[in-house]
Amino acid sequence: MKANQTQLDALVARMLAGSKAALAKLITLVETQGCDVPELMTKIVPHSGKAYRIGVTGPPGAGKSTLTNALIAVARSHGLSVGVVAVDPSSAIHGGAVLGDRIRMQPHFLDSQVFIRSMATRGSPVGLPTCIGDVTKLLDAFGKDIVIVETVGVGQLDLSVMEVADTVLLVLTPDYGDTIQLMKAGIIEIADIIAVNKADTHAAEGLISRLRSVLSNTERPPVILATEALNNVGIEELFAELEKHRK
Amino acid sequence: MKATEKPIRVLIAKPGLDGHDRGAKVLTLGLRDEGMEIIYTGIRQTPESIVESALQEDVDVVGLSSLSGAHNHYFPRVAALLHQKGMDRVLLIAGGIIPREDEPFLQEKGVRGVFGPGSRIKDIADFIRQNVRHKSNGDES
Repeated sequence: MKANQTQLDALVARMLAGSKAALAKLITLVETQGCDVPELMTKIVPHSGKAYRIGVTGPPGAGKSTLTNALIAVARSHGLSVGVVAVDPSSAIHGGAVLGDRIRMQPHFLDSQVFIRSMATRGSPVGLPTCIGDVTKLLDAFGKDIVIVETVGVGQLDLSVMEVADTVLLVLTPDYGDTIQLMKAGIIEIADIIAVNKADTHAAEGLISRLRSVLSNTERPPVILATEALNNVGIEELFAELEKHRK
Repeated sequence: MKATEKPIRVLIAKPGLDGHDRGAKVLTLGLRDEGMEIIYTGIRQTPESIVESALQEDVDVVGLSSLSGAHNHYFPRVAALLHQKGMDRVLLIAGGIIPREDEPFLQEKGVRGVFGPGSRIKDIADFIRQNVRHKSNGDES
């Protein structure tokens, strides 16, 4: 069901004026039109390009959402507004999805400067929905200083986060693997920053030193640090590295 | 996926201090297997945070769960906030421990269906599909 031109213009005007309801409806429009909304995107693109886009990726259960929740708090303490797109997989069996990332971000539900949208992959073969670029631009045009795109739990081969991020933050846990594992091509190669999360569960130092030794000879070695997202440990340091990478 | 096959988006929420969410989780999983997209926002939510989440997620349905007897207090407040925000299109349903004699009051306040213990997930899914109001673009606030 396509919006007519007047309705679309009105919705865009309201969104640019700060209406979260209008933003939410535009995201729905993009999602339901099969990501084919050129008439909308020509209105949106001129207003985008200012937000700092952070792609948060990593294996399932590493703590991406919990870490995102912690990062939102730090960003807010710096006076920055945040938009989040949190993605979870659609079932190949029945087509439904449980979108279980927002639940980790409860402290921010009523912060007027934080907008969180959960999306399912809906048939996309990778860890992000097909329309993720357009949705990210909408949050950008809306005026968010930072846009965090959180992928589904990914394996080694899903690099889709690169296309929508200025900085790729890879979240791992201390049991990720030995040196041979870390030498394998794939997701580790595209990380700008690696957070070894759940660092309190057992020695994260082992994984961090293995990562450092494997990645030391690469062209642009990523920054590697330990975090405990649930305990709010290492988050300020992580945010500082994100700001550094932005520059 | 064609535009016409858009999954129904549902927010499952627990207002108040009731921490018993096994039912909410069972429903979340059940509706997922009925092809819907479910956002469960966790326990201890307020009517304000529930409606704000529903707005940002542009959901078609809000399902409220309460087992602690606070439904007559919280559910109408959610309905009133949805109305205030121009979200009357959203289908509001409820579940948990809700005495039958409270149902007329809740219906009058905007809760369209009440599904207590013994309700079948398929019946809830069918009710949603029959009563959900499909989106048209740009005609609400």
